[in-house]
Amino acid sequence: MQDLDNHPAMLCSGHAACPGCMEALSARHVLARMGPDTIAVIPPSCMAIIAGPQPYSSLKIPVYQPTLEASAAAASGIRRALNATGRGQTQVLVLAGDGGTYDIGLQALSSAAERNEDMLYVCLDNEGYMNTGAQKSSSTPLYARTSSTPAGKLSRKKNLTAIIAAHGVPYTATASVGFMPDMLRKIDKAKAMRGFRLLTLLVPCVDGWGLPDDGGLRAARYAVECGAFPLYEVEHGTRYTVNHRERTRPVAEYLAVQKRYRGMSADETARLQAEVDAGWDWLMRLEGREAGQFAP
Amino acid sequence: MNPSATLLLNGNHAVSWAARLARPQVVPVYPITPQTPILEQITEFHARGEMQAEILTPESEHSVLAACVPASLAGARVFTATASQGLLLMHEVLHYAAGARAPIVMANVNRTVASPWAFWPDQTDSLAQRDTGWIQYYSESPQESLDSVLQAFRVAERVRLPAMVNHDAFYVSHSLEAVAVPSQDEVDGFLPPYAPAQRLDATIGASWGNVVTQDMFCRHRQEMQQAMDDALLAAQEADRAWGELTGRTWGLVERYRCDGAVAVVVALGSMCGTAREAVDQLRAAGRAVGLVKLRLFRPFPLQALRAALHGVRDVVVLDRNHSPGLGGILNQEVRAALYGIESPPRVHGLLAGVGGVNVPPQHIVKLVQDAVCRAPSPQSTWA
Ligand code: SF4
Repeated sequence: MQDLDNHPAMLCSGHAACPGCMEALSARHVLARMGPDTIAVIPPSCMAIIAGPQPYSSLKIPVYQPTLEASAAAASGIRRALNATGRGQTQVLVLAGDGGTYDIGLQALSSAAERNEDMLYVCLDNEGYMNTGAQKSSSTPLYARTSSTPAGKLSRKKNLTAIIAAHGVPYTATASVGFMPDMLRKIDKAKAMRGFRLLTLLVPCVDGWGLPDDGGLRAARYAVECGAFPLYEVEHGTRYTVNHRERTRPVAEYLAVQKRYRGMSADETARLQAEVDAGWDWLMRLEGREAGQFAP
Repeated sequence: MNPSATLLLNGNHAVSWAARLARPQVVPVYPITPQTPILEQITEFHARGEMQAEILTPESEHSVLAACVPASLAGARVFTATASQGLLLMHEVLHYAAGARAPIVMANVNRTVASPWAFWPDQTDSLAQRDTGWIQYYSESPQESLDSVLQAFRVAERVRLPAMVNHDAFYVSHSLEAVAVPSQDEVDGFLPPYAPAQRLDATIGASWGNVVTQDMFCRHRQEMQQAMDDALLAAQEADRAWGELTGRTWGLVERYRCDGAVAVVVALGSMCGTAREAVDQLRAAGRAVGLVKLRLFRPFPLQALRAALHGVRDVVVLDRNHSPGLGGILNQEVRAALYGIESPPRVHGLLAGVGGVNVPPQHIVKLVQDAVCRAPSPQSTWA
């Protein structure tokens, strides 16, 4: 953790995140690692609120706020303008929510990935539209209660990382503030690469998940430890590496620390556990295939 | 530098030449009939090394314009082109671009808007964008399209508003004529490099787009209004300077054979070419009829239009567009412009050529002859 101090803070105190917000904590580290020669694209989201109203800004770098669905397209425009005007070394960083990424922004995101636009796209994934009062997104997991799925969501969480990895981009990865060294390594790794890079950071939301103010980090850890949010990275669309291989908790323990799964039946918990198990097996197979273990 | 030349070009290729000569640094673009030849010619220029721009081919017109806005804010000169549904898909970002004061220049090929699906000349697509804060030109010919794109860059960058140059599907987009293409040196003199002091730049730190107060928002709109007012003067200046350079000026409002006219046709775009023919026939028959062509639609050249129509008894507005429940958009704009002046002309609003229906000169002759014999209807009528 000593390493943190080597990077001057790029997110100022006094921003408007809820107390205990994991999004602000995640963004703080992403911004510090990216450094001052960066331009950020932040669509409407909690992060836009954290960035602050004009003329104030909690970020020490320029921010462009596009429409909700257009972050990857807007970042592409900035990238090309920088390239065309001799500023190719400046990093273009997207800080978008899951609504702006998995849902309304997916089309523009896929296109930017297909073109291998040189940017780091960070999805601050709090698994719902938290800025508008915690509605369901396609990142919301099975059975989670949101203000638009009060009886629990009936479909599973979309696998953004695999979708974008399938474009064959240089780098896609998941990370969690609960596993800080892994997260920082991935930010540094992504920063050093060129082309399209996607980092999906799980950010437990105090408000939308029903967590105590100090419950964010625990949820961020449990999500990984039970396998609901596996930590892995994919290079060039094919090389899958799982970064945290032990599953040390049943899913039930992860569900118990948050209110969005309140009132789930034992049956539903078992089905969610089975879905997480199946996802884990899928990931293991992908990793193994790359290593040649499943060669026919 | 290539010398000026006369080339046989259709309207779309004339636009591509203008884009090339303007030296845009970023060109995001998406294909749509009948705009596609603009895109193809630009990518051809690029592939041959004759254009240096960063060309982006995103998945939709929405992403095209979403890329244009911050590319422009980052300090690059930006060009794009679209038509019809593409322009409608951009609608949200059209507002965004003007609000961001991004001097993007876009060519739009006026084509019917679905449904039902069609490909014909009709200006409803761009006229429906009149409130988005874009400067709007309407062009009658390939030469005028080339000249207007270059003038639009100068105006847009001077007042920091985006500008749209519209020309009609097929009548202009696909018609060939001899086009005078200026040399690169001439254009470079007319259009110096775009280098705004304020831009998205890691060394500057300025941001754009986040939440403002009611008061800040209102003040911002007032500044946009002021910029539109300035655009009127800037457009005059650009046309004058272009005239000094090339010998060609187009005016913001053109009066054709209006001296002593008791009846005047008012139209936009390619309809004006046909109307000239009709005016010539009427004049030959001894009828005092003229044409007023509105080249600039936003900002609306209110005073110039009033002056052009001063003392005229009958104004015949030909609308190749349709606003259901209202009629012709130009008719309403002309009526509003003339409201309150002393002894105003009678304004006859005619929906002529909607959906690309052919309007030959003889038809316009008859429309004018009929109109001057009757009191105008408050609504547009189908003609
Ligand atoms: S709603 Fe959630 S993600 Fe948004 S600022 Fe509050 S805690 Fe953070």
